[in-house]
Amino acid sequence: MDLLNIIEEIEKVDPEFQEKISPRRAAIKNITSFGSKVAVAALPFALGSLFKKAYAQQSTSAIVGVLNYALQLEFLEANFYNAGLTSTTFATMKAGLSASELAGLTLIQTDENNHVKYLQGVITQLGGTPVNFTAANFDFTAKGTFPMVYTSSDIWLAVAETFEDTGVRAYKGQATALLRNKTVLTAALNIHSVEARHASHLRMLRRARGVSIKPWITGANDTGIGTSVNASYAGEDNVVQGPVTITNLPGVSGNTSVNAATEAFDEPLTMPQVVQIVTPFFK
Amino acid sequence: MEIFTKKGDQLLTSPEAEPSQRMQRRQFLRYAGAGTAAVGLLAAEACKKDRNSYTGVYLGSGDIGILNYAYALEQLEAAFYIQVVGNTNFKTIFPSTSEQNLFTDIRDHEVAHREFFKAALGTSAIPALQVNFTSIDFTTRAGVLAASKSFEDLGVSAYNGAGYLIQNPDYLTFAGKIVSVEARHAAYIRDLIAPNSFVGSDVVDIASTGKEMERTPAQVLAIAGTYITTKINADDLPTS
Repeated sequence: MDLLNIIEEIEKVDPEFQEKISPRRAAIKNITSFGSKVAVAALPFALGSLFKKAYAQQSTSAIVGVLNYALQLEFLEANFYNAGLTSTTFATMKAGLSASELAGLTLIQTDENNHVKYLQGVITQLGGTPVNFTAANFDFTAKGTFPMVYTSSDIWLAVAETFEDTGVRAYKGQATALLRNKTVLTAALNIHSVEARHASHLRMLRRARGVSIKPWITGANDTGIGTSVNASYAGEDNVVQGPVTITNLPGVSGNTSVNAATEAFDEPLTMPQVVQIVTPFFK
Repeated sequence: MEIFTKKGDQLLTSPEAEPSQRMQRRQFLRYAGAGTAAVGLLAAEACKKDRNSYTGVYLGSGDIGILNYAYALEQLEAAFYIQVVGNTNFKTIFPSTSEQNLFTDIRDHEVAHREFFKAALGTSAIPALQVNFTSIDFTTRAGVLAASKSFEDLGVSAYNGAGYLIQNPDYLTFAGKIVSVEARHAAYIRDLIAPNSFVGSDVVDIASTGKEMERTPAQVLAIAGTYITTKINADDLPTS
């Protein structure tokens, strides 16, 4: 395998290739001068990551697409809290929330509305057109799946929790689409962790109400509200991370348990998975 | 390789760190000479630079550097919670079974994170770091909670701030899978300290964007360094 020839071949079709991989070209030269001592078998991996970097620059329209997807989810969340905490339709449900619960939920409501405004601003700055939704666009019963959402604070909190857990997974699933993008990836990660804080808080609210649930996701659907939210937790029971089987790793006593292995890693969801999950909540 | 301790600048040898670090380099050279498949581009680069860096445990450069940086933080967190849960006063300062169980969960998560990085990094992994928790008050609930909060918030800000430095999308996904769990820990612990402080204004820009506030590796290591005795060489971590 002749690395330098490969680069020349690529340059015939992409004259900017050298600039894209610079200064890593120097690293390649070092490797080749290292000579035949470097195993050929190791090189495809090195090349793979080189190309990933060179072609990781996202188009602005692709970034706007990801941000509008995030914005749509933030509209869903913001409108859910706005409706639950301020709409008379939800008055019976709201009456079931304690003052302390309301105080925390109001913080989440504020965050979600700020996420909407922030994403609208970033999309506009990038020259994109932010998607827009109003209260009239949503059906928080999910086409009748959660008819008690207007009257039962237990159900409403459970739906809130699945929104937050799903939101965490949705952002996680888009991280690689923003690879190496300091501004947008960092912003997305900074929203992602706030959604996780919300999810943890909502789970503790439900735990305090007697639901057998932890701040972290144990196995797949651990919500206790039935199979209707299975899709939000599909794959959360994964115990294999890349080349590493977590349950084979040493824990404090014996190997890492299945529960700990699933709790310690939150899993991503793809855009189609998330769209399928949230579609029933849009009219 | 000399390991300098922070206390009094005495030249001490870390019994755990030194041999394994030395062993790694020797193994690397042996593999390189034998031309086996074990040597990758990053390992070669790390070794080259290591020759010029004799002032501490060398994290490496590129993605390996960032993964070792995360591994260092997970080592710190795991060591902390092992001590919290292992202390004889654990059940006294956390009398609730629920709290005992959840703190034990957190310990197990951090150990799983630590062992994951160790396994994933293989021969590129830094050695076990020596920690120093003498500044933490393990005898009181408030002391343990305050330190837990610091570690968790620090971890979240560290992953968030390092995400864009990662080049391999698979590694970015691993970091994403872990950081949200750290955020779940952080929120839980903060709510134990003060109800509804899970998105406090010291960590989240709650007044404007609703975003968490990230930290650069340099900012994180300056804070984490307070608890790590082993000198860490982060000179070649990527900065852009």
